[in-house]
Amino acid sequence: MNADVIVIGAGTVGAAIGYGLAGRGERVLVLDGGDRDVRAANANFGLVWLHGKGMDMPAYYFLTRNSVDAWQGFAEELAETTAIDLQYEHDGGLVLCLGEADFEERRSSLLRLHNQLEDSSDPDWEMLDDGAVRALLPGIELGREVSGASLGRRDGHANPLRLLASLQAGIVRKGGSLRGGSTVHSVEAQAGGGFTVGFGSEKLSAARVVIAAGIGSTALARQVGLDVPIRPQRGQILVTEKVMPVLPLPTLDVRQTREGSIMIGATHEEVGLDCSTTSEAAAVLSASALRQFPGLRDVSLVRQWAGLRILTPDGFPIYAESETHPGAFVALCHSGVTLAAFHAGILADCIAGGQLSEELHVFHHRRFDVPKAA
Amino acid sequence: MFRKLHESDRGPVTIEIDGEIVPAEPGESVAAVIMRASAPWARLTPNTGSKRAPYCMMGVCFDCLAEVDGQSSVQTCLVSVRPGMRISRQAGKRRI
Repeated sequence: MNADVIVIGAGTVGAAIGYGLAGRGERVLVLDGGDRDVRAANANFGLVWLHGKGMDMPAYYFLTRNSVDAWQGFAEELAETTAIDLQYEHDGGLVLCLGEADFEERRSSLLRLHNQLEDSSDPDWEMLDDGAVRALLPGIELGREVSGASLGRRDGHANPLRLLASLQAGIVRKGGSLRGGSTVHSVEAQAGGGFTVGFGSEKLSAARVVIAAGIGSTALARQVGLDVPIRPQRGQILVTEKVMPVLPLPTLDVRQTREGSIMIGATHEEVGLDCSTTSEAAAVLSASALRQFPGLRDVSLVRQWAGLRILTPDGFPIYAESETHPGAFVALCHSGVTLAAFHAGILADCIAGGQLSEELHVFHHRRFDVPKAA
Repeated sequence: MFRKLHESDRGPVTIEIDGEIVPAEPGESVAAVIMRASAPWARLTPNTGSKRAPYCMMGVCFDCLAEVDGQSSVQTCLVSVRPGMRISRQAGKRRI
């Protein structure tokens, strides 16, 4: 055996799992693909976000909350290990509402979610009227249509590229191995237990294998009895020139980075494996940002990019161990930044221990195997 | 630092760069004039405050950004001089 665990994929999900495993004394090898592979981790918006998540899936709310609550410690440990500051800020996050109907809809949707949780604690969000929003954001002009906002108290944002770099550096610092340019094409069970992972003309073996290869996971997971239904969904993001700090809190689709850029996200497009940017999206995103923040009208856009989210049919993650090939795991989600603390923590614990805990069984993709109505 | 290789046969115009009156040739870019100014730089970067001068001269590198007649972050290599134009070197992040 070349390793205790081979993690296939060194994006935000795979790198977090690999980092967590390395910190638990596992001999871990993380295999990263080629530079031109589709990489969601390079296109992230950077929110560490809870409020509004988990509708009709309370387990996802609690999973996300645990990760968000662990994020500060996680970021501190990473910074200590790698000397990379993740620029994590968590003073709250806003979802602006345009018009009264939108405000009421937001309130009732969040209330419905809160009631589903059957959680005795108070909501970790509140609705703010437009005056309160203006008081929170004194440095920027708000649109006339802005009627208020929901404020998630635990929400925040971080630099997703620093997170990725830090996780990858952390794997090595903690004694793990990371190999780039190693696009995996095969995962085979060995006769005496364990797995052989093939990439290029090489083959390496490990007792366990974790497939966290984003949109490339389907073909690999199938080889070890995991049939994961995922699809790519394109998200485009705009980035402005750097401006003086004007936005102390992120919103769901506009945030200001530590360096001063304003990021404007994001589209949700079903276009298959197409990572190109479009001028239509730039127009839509600009118009939407200006309705919320007309003060941005003279700010120049300097970049636009597109990435592909990894989406399951219900939008919630898949965490599963193969029944036919025990020791083969799959981890797929589209909120790799928010869930990074969970992936490097509880999930790494489970994989180091050899099985997923009972609370995670609800995230198995068998939930999609329901008979279709005739 | 830089000088013109020819004398303009068209009547010169003047523009102002941070209060300094400098001659310019009709039709040339503001960036070209900045490069002949006594301090041939256009801006200070937002994060480290280091100096940047016009570089690509074709609208790609964004190093020639300066304030032109009150408008910040203008790519001065893409703007032709007009008589009486007022240019300010841009320091750090833009204010909005």
